[in-house]
Amino acid sequence: MMIKFENINKSFGKSEVLQNISLNLEMGQSVAILGPNGSGKTTLIKSLLGMVIPDSGQILFDGKNIKNEFAYRSEIGYMPQIGNYPPNLKIAQLIDMMKDIRKGKKEGIIIDEEIIELFKLKKMYQKPLGTLSGGTKQKVSAALAFLFDPKVLILDEPTAGLDPLASELLKSKILEEKRKGKLIIITSHIMADLEELSTHVVYMQEGKLKIFKELEDLRLEYGEERLGKIIALLMKNNFSKIIA
Amino acid sequence: MKKTIKYVVYDIIRNRFVIGYTLLLLLLSVSFFWFEADPNKGLLSLLNIILMVIPLVSVIFSTIHFYNSYEFIELLSAQPMSRRTIYFSQFLGLCFSLGMAFLIGVGLPTLIFDGSMRGLTLVLGGLLITLTLVAIAFLASVITKDKAKAIGVALAVWFYLCILYDGMVLMVLVNMADYPMEKASLVFSALNPMDLARILVLMQLDVSALMGITGAVFQNFFSSTWGVFISFVLLLLWVITPVFFGYRIFSKKDL
Repeated sequence: MMIKFENINKSFGKSEVLQNISLNLEMGQSVAILGPNGSGKTTLIKSLLGMVIPDSGQILFDGKNIKNEFAYRSEIGYMPQIGNYPPNLKIAQLIDMMKDIRKGKKEGIIIDEEIIELFKLKKMYQKPLGTLSGGTKQKVSAALAFLFDPKVLILDEPTAGLDPLASELLKSKILEEKRKGKLIIITSHIMADLEELSTHVVYMQEGKLKIFKELEDLRLEYGEERLGKIIALLMKNNFSKIIA
Repeated sequence: MKKTIKYVVYDIIRNRFVIGYTLLLLLLSVSFFWFEADPNKGLLSLLNIILMVIPLVSVIFSTIHFYNSYEFIELLSAQPMSRRTIYFSQFLGLCFSLGMAFLIGVGLPTLIFDGSMRGLTLVLGGLLITLTLVAIAFLASVITKDKAKAIGVALAVWFYLCILYDGMVLMVLVNMADYPMEKASLVFSALNPMDLARILVLMQLDVSALMGITGAVFQNFFSSTWGVFISFVLLLLWVITPVFFGYRIFSKKDL
């Protein structure tokens, strides 16, 4: 199975957020999407989820065009950057609702409650979502993303609001899923996390796909071990090109 | 879809505002019926409140609710769920909650104090008005990009339907007083759901004698089963049309 972006274009008003993006992602890859703020990372992710509809081009999921489809999303677990939920629902109800929605959408569905156990969410099951702190909401988002053992995981800034312990727990869970051969797509500004989690790097700038390479190849090419350094070099190169 | 509606409703009816709204309506209707010796007058006062307050609350609350649920809508749209299911479960959930608030707040006391045909017309008309304004609020929400603009559009629609429209019709009627305008005013009132509901109830109250020839034409039309049927169909169209266009836009909207 794989995901194929073919010549995706998207603009909001005058700004061209995605420009002719073509990209093939395969199972077993763990892809870090990098780029400055406003470079189109989130739009790219959202177009894969069908939340943003491209102006032109197509996205193939397992060989099928996702346009006007929704069943394919039963193979995807998504953790948004900011999780806001109906304030008066309790955690338990939200989780039940998600189970209700996914039931019958896929044969032999597996429920994976490991994150719920790790983050001890069961203790808070009866709390309304509106009363939770940002970090706890983030934990709920993570629990929902992993809950149905999806083949593809899309994580938008997964560790941003978490405390160090929770962040480590989540990372070890991501690594475990990566070992199972899933396709993992992560955006983050924390280079150390990406270095640990990813095998491939996508670098975007001003809506264009600049680089898609294996992390190891990049390391060789730039003669640098650390991803942070490599990215700094990349940004500098692009920057000087713009000036020149 | 049923399951999603269940959770949307569950979330809304725990909202303090909806509880307060229900109690306010209950208080208003009970006091009108209690203090007016003549239930006819009680119903009339209630009608005037209903035609101002209920549209305003419905349109504002629905718009705010839509934008407050925006992230939740995003979350649902990342699930194996069609845009249609998402849109209609939100819409029907809201209709159910505000409809229940109206039925408990106004419907129950009206049917208890005045269980006649005119009471029933008032309740049915008010309910359809609630649904119409929810539908318009959803349309206003999907064509705008932020909450403030959406509330602005929603308020403008309310202002137009509840205040401006009547003024404009009145102006036309005064300026055209030399011509027979009875049929025209019938058409004018059909083009505004508020007027339609108001006239439907007024005709049941036998006050049309005060309205001259226009009153007689109205009486003729709205008192026939056929006229009442057409009016309710028109009111239903006022619900269905904005919902349908709202859905068309929502299904192509970037979230």
